[in-house]
Amino acid sequence: MAEILHLQNIHKRFGPVHALKGVELIVYPGEVHALIGENGAGKSTMMKVLSGAHQATEGDILLEGKPYKPMTPNQGRNAGVAMIYQELTLAPNLTIEENITLGVEKSKLGIVKHEKTKVKEALDLLGKSHLSPDTKVMDLNIGTQQLIEIARAIVADAKIIIMDEPTSSLSREDTESLFKVINKLRDRGIAIIYISHFLEEVKEISDRYTILRDGMTCGTGMLKDVSVPQIAEMLVGRSLENMYPHVPHEIGAKVLDVKKVRGISLPKEASFELRQGEIFGIFGLVGAGRSEMLRCIFGLDQLVSGEVHIGNDKHHAGGITPKKSLNAGLDLCSEDRKTEGLAQDMSIAVNTTLSALSKESNKGFINLSDEKIIADKWAEKLQTKCHSTLDPMTTLSGGNQQKVAIARLMNHDSDILFFDEPTRGIDVGSKAEIYKLIQELAAQGKSIVMVSSYLPELQGTCDTMAVMYRGVLSPKLDTSEWTKHKVMMYGTTGQLT
Amino acid sequence: MKEKLKSKLSLLLPFIGLLFVIAVIAVFILLRSPDKFSIFFGSYNAQLILKQTVIVGIGALGMTLVIISGGIDLSAGSVIALGSVVFATVLKSGAVDGAVSTGIICLAFIATVAACSAVGGVNGVITAKFGFMPFIVTLGTMQIARGVAKWVGNNERVRTPDNAFQSFMDPTPDPSWLIFSPGVWIMIILTIIVAIVLKYTVFGRYVYAIGSNEDTARLCGINVEKYKILIYVFCGALIGVAACMDYANLGSGNPVGSIGLELNIIAAVVIGGASLNGGEGSALGSIIGALIMAILVNAFTTLSIQQYVQEIIIGIIIIVAVGIDKLKHRKTA
Repeated sequence: MAEILHLQNIHKRFGPVHALKGVELIVYPGEVHALIGENGAGKSTMMKVLSGAHQATEGDILLEGKPYKPMTPNQGRNAGVAMIYQELTLAPNLTIEENITLGVEKSKLGIVKHEKTKVKEALDLLGKSHLSPDTKVMDLNIGTQQLIEIARAIVADAKIIIMDEPTSSLSREDTESLFKVINKLRDRGIAIIYISHFLEEVKEISDRYTILRDGMTCGTGMLKDVSVPQIAEMLVGRSLENMYPHVPHEIGAKVLDVKKVRGISLPKEASFELRQGEIFGIFGLVGAGRSEMLRCIFGLDQLVSGEVHIGNDKHHAGGITPKKSLNAGLDLCSEDRKTEGLAQDMSIAVNTTLSALSKESNKGFINLSDEKIIADKWAEKLQTKCHSTLDPMTTLSGGNQQKVAIARLMNHDSDILFFDEPTRGIDVGSKAEIYKLIQELAAQGKSIVMVSSYLPELQGTCDTMAVMYRGVLSPKLDTSEWTKHKVMMYGTTGQLT
Repeated sequence: MKEKLKSKLSLLLPFIGLLFVIAVIAVFILLRSPDKFSIFFGSYNAQLILKQTVIVGIGALGMTLVIISGGIDLSAGSVIALGSVVFATVLKSGAVDGAVSTGIICLAFIATVAACSAVGGVNGVITAKFGFMPFIVTLGTMQIARGVAKWVGNNERVRTPDNAFQSFMDPTPDPSWLIFSPGVWIMIILTIIVAIVLKYTVFGRYVYAIGSNEDTARLCGINVEKYKILIYVFCGALIGVAACMDYANLGSGNPVGSIGLELNIIAAVVIGGASLNGGEGSALGSIIGALIMAILVNAFTTLSIQQYVQEIIIGIIIIVAVGIDKLKHRKTA
């Protein structure tokens, strides 16, 4: 069969970051093509180039054999390439019909012509015939909203539909109904590019795969010819021992005691104890309430009930602020370095010292040269690649930004460190460095809680683990006791057996 | 090295803008009416221009803090009017036999700064504690402050006995070794203070951090609400000083004066390189922004150019300043 899409040697640079380094992709009509890669491997960037949201710095794309160079997402859409983003892009205040036809409305003298039949047809195909096109999108649940995005693609006569992590926020039932829809679309001859890092899911739904690692293509073929562990090895690109180095560390006395904490909506109930030198991992699906739990304990979100004891301090619900937590020796590295973890417009030096300023300043005055020395020291220690620590954060790649975020914690020198998704969106090399860093911190006697959606990194790094399901934290067990089956069982049902 | 040069260059940008404006005006005067060249570039005119910068300049210092922190203060103009009325009212009621003592002047100064700080406090508390948009909050207090000013001043100018403070805004000072009017010196001292606060103090660092990314500031244990309130109070205090200068300039308190002045103040801050998205701006830049506007107005007057032309040109300059700022950002992004 003739290929419908061919990406040839695509490069993409964002300032200092070389996100795509010559990727290749061939897709046939009527297939589900899995695009697999870890966070930061370049999957999303590649798809944005394909859909017209970004332009390739170098390289060509052939769509049905003809050169294709979309400058805007609208051009991409008109050419038959529809993108369904990880973050939904629907307008919540508009109706289903208005959303589906947004930007491609047919009008007469400026008055919108209704296309109810076409919209209805699309909804039928998606198994959602009971929905009225006049329903407002904000009244739908997230799984249905996702289907509306797909309906939008069908109405626009898409030949290629790209789905970026479509199941990351879906329940199991919603995922299954999505898979049924995908199969129907495949039968219609539509090519689907399916992006995910859930390997089991990929194996279930896809025909062929392409693997991306650090902005390069490093494998392609039929999924039925490979096993999940084989894919995993291609993904990481190194043996698992090198990926997760172990630094010996001793586990000591109890330093943090969290009793039945409950937030406004999440978490519902979470209790755990943390010991000195311990690395405690928390797994859970997106939306399970792991980040919310860390934020409640740290004081960023409101704690409704429960107790938090740091050392001999006792915090009751309601009285915790980030400042108090920092003073008591608890620090948090945010999951989102773009919008929370770091002040992006400010310099590396400022970001390194920001939380420790009240300690390091002299009567409210900052010694700028000392500050630079401190920042330089950490940049050297963590091997942060930058021209100068006076440059803004925006000049750094994701991995190096994350190192600055961690440098802030190390400079502040708290004893208990919360890492929320510490390796999200960074390249494999930086990931390995961060795993090593966490091990070294534990060896220095720091206690660490690490939240992640990526099970292998928790299994490779942590001493103990727990799983969160819909706001409830499981009991803590040694990592060796958590079989993959057990983790998934609790993560999806809340039951250990 | 190149990076260092770049950061130095962006610091110099307001100065370059200033020199550019002066150069353009010089060329323009030489082409149109060369006889006025010596008037415009005379020492008296320099004294006059600097004096004309004072009120907007001091107000711009306060506005700079607010804008860097990601806020805005639309009440500034009305608060200056209110402050001038407070100043005049205190002088009037404190005068004995038509004479005003130095003590009463000091009291009037303190009362004015306190009143204006209080309005800043209201802006800050409502913005920080209740999370309202500063644009709307200060739009409200702009009306309220204007109303209170008219109420206190009984809807008319508050006239006071002659006093020494009225000479604070004379372009030619007495004693003459001061060179510039006392108001200019106050502005210069305040500029230095605000510049030091912004660059070298923890408070200043927090102003930038909150404007750059409020969530990061919160994560780093900064009490964002408290600092936001402090920022608006600080801004109010500086606007209070500007109000005193407004009184000195007019010689009376005017409840219907300074209408729309907040927009000139904001324009000065923006011309000075601050970003309305927060996280960027400098005291020196804002003062130069105010100076550029004063120079332009003065030049237009010297050349007897009609006011509508002035307005059009100043409007264009504001937009160009924002454009330059955007260009500056494209390089780093």
